[in-house]
Amino acid sequence: MPNVSSSAATAFGAVSAGFERSRGWRSRQPYLLAVAVFLVLAVVNVWLQPSFLTADVIASNLASFLPLTLLAVGQTYVVLGSDIDLSNGGIVSLVNVAVVEIIQHFGETAGSYVVGIAAGIVIGLAAGAFNGACVSYLRFQPIVTTFATSVIYVGLALWILPQAGGQVPPSFYNAYAGGIAGIPNVLFYLLAAMAFAALIGRTRFYCALRATGGNMQAAFHTGLPVARTRLIAYSLSGLFASLCGLALVGETASGDPLIGSALTLPSVTAVVLGGTSLAGCVGSAFGSLLGVFILGLINNVIFFAHVPFEWQGLIQGAIILAALAGGVVMARRVGGPA
Amino acid sequence: MIEAISIVVLLILGEAVSPGFATPSQIVNQLVIASLLGVAAVGQNLVILCGKEGIDLSVGSIISFGAFLAGNLMQQNNANLPLAIACVLVSTFAIGLASGLGVTVLRIPPLVMTLGMLGVVNGLLVVLTRGVPSGRAAPLLAQIVQPTLFGLPGIVVIWLAIGVFVALILGHTRFGINMFAIGANEEAAALAGVAVRRTRMLAFGLSGLFSGISGILLLGYTGNVFVGAGDQYTLPSVIAVVIGGTSLAGGTGAYWGTMGGAVFLVILQSILTTISIPPFGRQIVYGAVLLVLMLFYGRQRRLRG
Repeated sequence: MPNVSSSAATAFGAVSAGFERSRGWRSRQPYLLAVAVFLVLAVVNVWLQPSFLTADVIASNLASFLPLTLLAVGQTYVVLGSDIDLSNGGIVSLVNVAVVEIIQHFGETAGSYVVGIAAGIVIGLAAGAFNGACVSYLRFQPIVTTFATSVIYVGLALWILPQAGGQVPPSFYNAYAGGIAGIPNVLFYLLAAMAFAALIGRTRFYCALRATGGNMQAAFHTGLPVARTRLIAYSLSGLFASLCGLALVGETASGDPLIGSALTLPSVTAVVLGGTSLAGCVGSAFGSLLGVFILGLINNVIFFAHVPFEWQGLIQGAIILAALAGGVVMARRVGGPA
Repeated sequence: MIEAISIVVLLILGEAVSPGFATPSQIVNQLVIASLLGVAAVGQNLVILCGKEGIDLSVGSIISFGAFLAGNLMQQNNANLPLAIACVLVSTFAIGLASGLGVTVLRIPPLVMTLGMLGVVNGLLVVLTRGVPSGRAAPLLAQIVQPTLFGLPGIVVIWLAIGVFVALILGHTRFGINMFAIGANEEAAALAGVAVRRTRMLAFGLSGLFSGISGILLLGYTGNVFVGAGDQYTLPSVIAVVIGGTSLAGGTGAYWGTMGGAVFLVILQSILTTISIPPFGRQIVYGAVLLVLMLFYGRQRRLRG
């Protein structure tokens, strides 16, 4: 097939600019509702927990939000392309145990850190790429496929480390939980991740991704490399899942083959809370970050409001359901598919 | 057809790996377990048939809820059985209907709506159980694993009866045909006068109902209930539907296929448990087999089309 992508991208750019102008602010900032909800929750949180705005508490909150944020950002790319990745939690587990084992195997030196981190990233990319190949080139259905691959990835994780354990030395987890001049390292990692996401947002790939999610058939007929775009999206999801796995190694200082499983559905929830539409095209990584923060603040609020223990789950579920409904309404594409 | 062949292949494989696997009594055991998945898969089948990316992720939590509620209302007393069953059916139908409302009126995507509902139902379950498993099956209910008709355990007979009932609904009632219609082409169905919203809401309500029934059967099978007992059925119910020939896009499929899919999955799991490979190996093989199955059942249209 001749390379028509540059002219197609130009054409697409012109069309999408006009399309967005006609749909107004909602399409350009779908995360605005998430910002409002976040601010409200933050205020409530401060009211219930006066120490909320102190450096220590903020640092510990950020440290606990970072892993899910990374995962949710990766999920965003897949969802923007109108797919879904149910295996990202499995990839997290796999990378988590692989990194811990490699670091221990290579003598826990600085060199072993490099090898471990590099291996983790490669594993994440490979796992994501495998998902992408199945979904885009073999044209498998995303939900069942990524469920199947998650079973495989968790199986591999169990193979590497059958039971939670292992240990990484202090220098590793201090690099995660520590700080420089009073500013927590996690803040730097968070900013770096968002800067990376912002860079991705300016690429031709991102443009093609949103077109693919908006109307795959039309995007294909315009000449955009749809299959390759979806493959890259899934690879990014795998990459961010591996970063999440690394963050969890830093946070827990050990490996656990089941650590990621509970993160998959919250990653989808965070993406939707942030205003990204599951139908594709509408949404942003920043919105997903807000979505994770919203989920975390909901937990904090429930805890500090001294809700009786057995009621916490139900209240949390009800709030999340309401917030999901709100997120969907905000992300709804006016006038239907392009 | 592929499905029937693959089930036979699995049975032969199982017999080779572990002699005695394919004996009638063992196969019946498999069918008992398959019934639990099969009944849950009915509701999932209906929801998926209605199209628009229909899926019900709350199946597992409703099964747990149904089992718990039934157990606590029965408390090992046969006299309470009808009341317990009625309560479970009504409440689980209502939960499903609530999901259906969110999907049709608020137009929340089914994945999101049932995901949220799953959290709410689990939360409700924790409130009611305070985290402690409780409730006991009535003796009559526990009888379902005993042979009745043609030597088949009651639970299998119930599943077959549900299968016949659902096949009749899907093939011969206005409601069933409507579901195929809205799954195939919602706009055309609406223009033809089909009550789209009501049909879809009913489908979700029935999904909740059948999950509740599966929960009651689970209670009968295991005797008591623990939190999270139903979670293992959620995604397999989707897979059973898919490998049963129902497209995830909706509009085509039959429940016989789904029943076959449930049997296939259960036999596969059972073979994997029998071979002496470590747990992680079983997982990897299970996932790999699913991927291979997707080659036949899960492929989507070429964009070139």
